[in-house]
Amino acid sequence: MTHMVLTVAAILFALGIYGVTTRKNAIGILVSVELMANAVNLNLVAFSQHWGATGQSFALFAIALTVAEVVVGLALVVLLYRTRKNVNIDLASDLRS
Amino acid sequence: MTAFAVIAGIILASGLMVVRSENLVHSVLWLAVTLIATAVQFVLLNAPFLAGMQLMLYTGGIITLMLFGVMLTIRDEGVDIPNPSEGHLAGAGAALAFLVPTLYAIWGTPDFGPMVDPITAKDIGSSFLGPQLIAFEALSVLLLAAMIGAIVLVRRKDP
Repeated sequence: MTHMVLTVAAILFALGIYGVTTRKNAIGILVSVELMANAVNLNLVAFSQHWGATGQSFALFAIALTVAEVVVGLALVVLLYRTRKNVNIDLASDLRS
Repeated sequence: MTAFAVIAGIILASGLMVVRSENLVHSVLWLAVTLIATAVQFVLLNAPFLAGMQLMLYTGGIITLMLFGVMLTIRDEGVDIPNPSEGHLAGAGAALAFLVPTLYAIWGTPDFGPMVDPITAKDIGSSFLGPQLIAFEALSVLLLAAMIGAIVLVRRKDP
């Protein structure tokens, strides 16, 4: 059973990697990152069945961290939109000379 | 086992829709489906408290925030927001480069050890206020920092 759950989580994480590398919209990338965080939570819960409460408390930490990450990420996206009127991530290349 | 197969199918299908949908609002709503199905999976894995937290924080908080973010960053009215993607071959290559070794490692592990008793909310609380106390306190500081940081980032100068 644990093998199956880990397999599902691995495929979900791979989908997240695919989304992060292919999406052009900044919010699309943020959504794909959520997918990856969700896969990690699934892994932690699957392992908590074997090693006790530590896995689930780590998963709760991960959920709280994800919430903080989304808040800051969306603030950055709103800021990007305010300065460029567009959230296409390819336009945000000021650091490239 | 049947329930697991059904939920796993829903998680993977909606996850695929998240990264393939051409409409940004649909993408976010498919993410909601993935997160709710994951909460159901948590119940199947004897983690009902975490399932509740997942529903409240992810589907209640993050999806709402994401939809607000989508609506704040478009000029056109309506929900027909394009979500383009390119470089499919490179993306699939990166995903497979992660997936193949990971699956090899997972299925190469013969056994993960015996199951422990189902974990209650009390166990998680003892873990938070016991071994993870410092991380727990640091998390509260991090949440405050994220909140202040977000406010400072989007504040307009001298209203």
